[in-house]
Amino acid sequence: MSESQTATAVLEREPVDGASVVNDCTIHVATVNGSGSQSSNNVLMRSIFQMGVPVSGKNMFPSNIAGLPTWFTIRANKDGWIARKKEVDIMVCMNAQTAREDVEALPAGSLCIYDAPLNCKSVRNDVQYFEVPFSKLAMEIADDARMRKLLTNMIYVGVVAELLGIERDEIINAITKQFKGKKKAIDPNVAAIDKGIEFAKNNLPKQSKWRITRMNKTAGKIIIDGNAAAAIGAIFGGVTVVTWYPITPSSSLCESIIEYARQHRIEKDGRANFAIVQAEDELAAIGMVLGAGWAGARSMTSTAGPGISLMAEFIGLGYFAELPGVIWDIQRVGPSTGLPTRTAQGDVNQLVYLSHGDTQHIVLIPSSVGECFDFAIEALDLAEEFQTPVFVMSDLDLGMNNWMSDPFTYPDKPIRRGKVLTAEQLNELGGKWGRYDDVDNDGIPWRTLPGTEHPDAAYFTRGSGHDAFARYSERPQDYKATVDRLAKKYETSKHFVPKPVVDVKPDAKIGFIAYGTTDFALEEARHQLRTERGIETSYFRLRAVPFTDDLKHFIATHDRVYVVEQNRDGQMGDIIKLEVGEDQRKIRKILHYTGLPCDARTITSAVVKMEESINYPEPLLLVRAEPPAPGRVPLVGAAAQDVVRVTED
Amino acid sequence: MADSTLKIGGEVPKENRLGLKATDYHGGKSTLCAGCGHDAISNQIIRAFYEMNVKPERVAKFSGIGCSSKTPAYFLGRSHGFNAVHGRMPAIATGAILANKNLVGIGVSGDGDTASIGLGQFMHMVRRNLPIIYIIENNGVYGLTKGQFSATADEGSKLKTGVINDLPPMDLCALAVELGCGYVARGFAGDPKQMVNILKGAIAHNGTAVIDVISPCVTFNNHEGSTKSYPYAKEHDEILHQIGFVPAYEQIEVEYEAGTTKEVTLHDGSRIVLKKLEEDYDPSDAVNALQRLHRANTGGQMLTGLVFLQPEKKSFIDLLNMVDEPLNTLPLERTRPPKEALDAIMQQLM
Repeated sequence: MSESQTATAVLEREPVDGASVVNDCTIHVATVNGSGSQSSNNVLMRSIFQMGVPVSGKNMFPSNIAGLPTWFTIRANKDGWIARKKEVDIMVCMNAQTAREDVEALPAGSLCIYDAPLNCKSVRNDVQYFEVPFSKLAMEIADDARMRKLLTNMIYVGVVAELLGIERDEIINAITKQFKGKKKAIDPNVAAIDKGIEFAKNNLPKQSKWRITRMNKTAGKIIIDGNAAAAIGAIFGGVTVVTWYPITPSSSLCESIIEYARQHRIEKDGRANFAIVQAEDELAAIGMVLGAGWAGARSMTSTAGPGISLMAEFIGLGYFAELPGVIWDIQRVGPSTGLPTRTAQGDVNQLVYLSHGDTQHIVLIPSSVGECFDFAIEALDLAEEFQTPVFVMSDLDLGMNNWMSDPFTYPDKPIRRGKVLTAEQLNELGGKWGRYDDVDNDGIPWRTLPGTEHPDAAYFTRGSGHDAFARYSERPQDYKATVDRLAKKYETSKHFVPKPVVDVKPDAKIGFIAYGTTDFALEEARHQLRTERGIETSYFRLRAVPFTDDLKHFIATHDRVYVVEQNRDGQMGDIIKLEVGEDQRKIRKILHYTGLPCDARTITSAVVKMEESINYPEPLLLVRAEPPAPGRVPLVGAAAQDVVRVTED
Repeated sequence: MADSTLKIGGEVPKENRLGLKATDYHGGKSTLCAGCGHDAISNQIIRAFYEMNVKPERVAKFSGIGCSSKTPAYFLGRSHGFNAVHGRMPAIATGAILANKNLVGIGVSGDGDTASIGLGQFMHMVRRNLPIIYIIENNGVYGLTKGQFSATADEGSKLKTGVINDLPPMDLCALAVELGCGYVARGFAGDPKQMVNILKGAIAHNGTAVIDVISPCVTFNNHEGSTKSYPYAKEHDEILHQIGFVPAYEQIEVEYEAGTTKEVTLHDGSRIVLKKLEEDYDPSDAVNALQRLHRANTGGQMLTGLVFLQPEKKSFIDLLNMVDEPLNTLPLERTRPPKEALDAIMQQLM
């Protein structure tokens, strides 16, 4: 790294000499929850998408039905960087409760469109203002008060479109899509758009700082949220039993399954080839999943952290009794009223080790809506193959926000149902088999399904107190054999879980490890480090626990490895440390945990700060990003001990 | 104790209609205390399934945790069994029956497993009308943890240690009636003939059949001062009616003096015949059932018989409107929609 490269940070998007920044801006809309702004924001986002500009939309909403403040952020970026960006370029202030704060937080030089009575221009004078009398304009197009409220939101879409150059035709297309072609809904909304465009044209100053112009980066792409993507995956993965209990932010996953199942899984005679049950709580939901898995259905549920906590006992039984089932965890912040509508990656430890006794679980970690689709199928396969509960760890940001993606690929491989003995196979075996007998030496025994028409098919299912033939046993040898075989089964699963996505740059001394939604910010941060600082980095994106062996190799071949995640303690970082032994000294943690999605600049700044500290006597090993002023927390690593596993005589 | 049973039909054959012997319905050796009421119930379960000609491979046995919940290992050894976690057997059973609706489900629970830790799941299972025979082996104490009171212990009942229970009991039959259960019965482990007919009716029923069986714990709750002891139960057993059972395949006409019997046809065509004793009892009237239970409870009686019968109610499986074949073995061609379906979904999202 040369002096000049490290010294100058290139501000990538400051317009030079009045030239426009094209297809690279963040639009932030502040409204009141329950005012119906969701449709307008979707239309705004979609019209940019339809102009071929990569885009993402994030809803930052309160735990509330109506009245509390809510924000929607649209990021358009010609290079495809669509992670959250903290800096706002275009602000739309529609909420009196937050208008002052919203304006105060803006970077100098940004644009602010506001509802006239809010008088935002009095807050500061280094922002360009666009005052719009929304209520007056709405009066001109609707008599009904409720309608006026809804249309007000569509008017700001028209205003933003006119100011940025978003094409009217694409807005109309987006409205048609949003209201599913219903003329009664489309017409007044189009009128509202036109009202906004017309007002802006005739009454507002022009701006040329940010422009949206047509490009071709979204052709053939779809926009979808992760929960719907997972639902589609489950439907095409042949799920047959879905049981669930409503909890934010996971409810829309099972609700989407209901919707898609009704469309695509009802047979010609009008009957369902699935069962979906809203259970009385998460304990019942997971019990039903495991009961169904035991009886041979492909079963799943979705929940969030609090639901996972309630499922803990059953998951332990699922692990020891070897019952298939898939559990989606759409992570959010905290218990009870602990920011249920905000995102986090705080359930890592809980998922990997959930329940009592020596338990360890397979956890798949999608980073995109495409992977939500793929892993929904893969998880069902792995659960049946390994006869164990399999988690899929998503989060609110992925699950509930809008993401651009290539269309999902139709699965061309048959589903995998694992080792199930049929009545015919039992005949061939002369009825001699053991439910927990490791005949294939891979830790995975064979099972039979209840209802199998063979006098020797039955076995009795219970926790860990059994021998290889499922007979009740409290003998030390039997218990130890059971848990050792379960460890072997877990070891086998390393070769079957989704492999990491690894990008090693030849001369990179720095490596990143991240997973899930951190990916979006991380790839952008790598770009920033490369272009602004000349720092080349490698990247290892985890897609599953247990880890594959190349994790050790990755850490061994880099000088410093930054584990970036969205929780306070660096939970995955700690699990990685346990895995890599002596190389754990290379691990540093960058942690973002504010309830909002991680952004690239946070990572970049943290890396720069930590890299600059390496020559000091006490290098920085951990940065907890936002709020600023990270402390220096030296890490005391415990020496790895050899494991001694005693054997019974 | 009056005779609770109406004898209909001839002797039981040495082989049932499937060509199976009673021993084909046996399970492992019981590890419960000698004289435990639960073992008497297991024997009647064996008999009922044998005489009802149910193929053991079609049966799935479920239980929670406790002495009662060990018993599925002691009957129907050719049926799959599942010892779930404490109080959560209904969820496991629900999932399994969703996966394969052709399974004949039988759950064995206890008063601790059902009335305390499992009360929520019990109630929701009944509310859904899951097709399952749900037996509560009710002895008023936690046996496996050595004799603590359960939520069905009667007020004033005394533990061996002298501790008196001062909380009112839960009546699980009354609760089941209230939740719309279509088959509610109470039996007594000391009355096997009544028990077997109640069980046969439950096998023939489509929906949740709740059978609360007073099953004395000989080790922790069979002493003087206990209201769930053998002597106490025998003395206070108030028999609602004599129960007879006519399986679907029998053509027997049951003739009794007019006005003394009532016949109820069950889902599979079997018939329950109830012969009145001292009073007229209409088991199809929920309010009447609740009143009678309440009267018995306040009067210190242990009411046994078919408390409530409403066999026509749709089961949870009927409501789900599933295809004929069990979900667990549907081929991929049926559970994976065609490529065109995915293409259409993708098109909508573009």
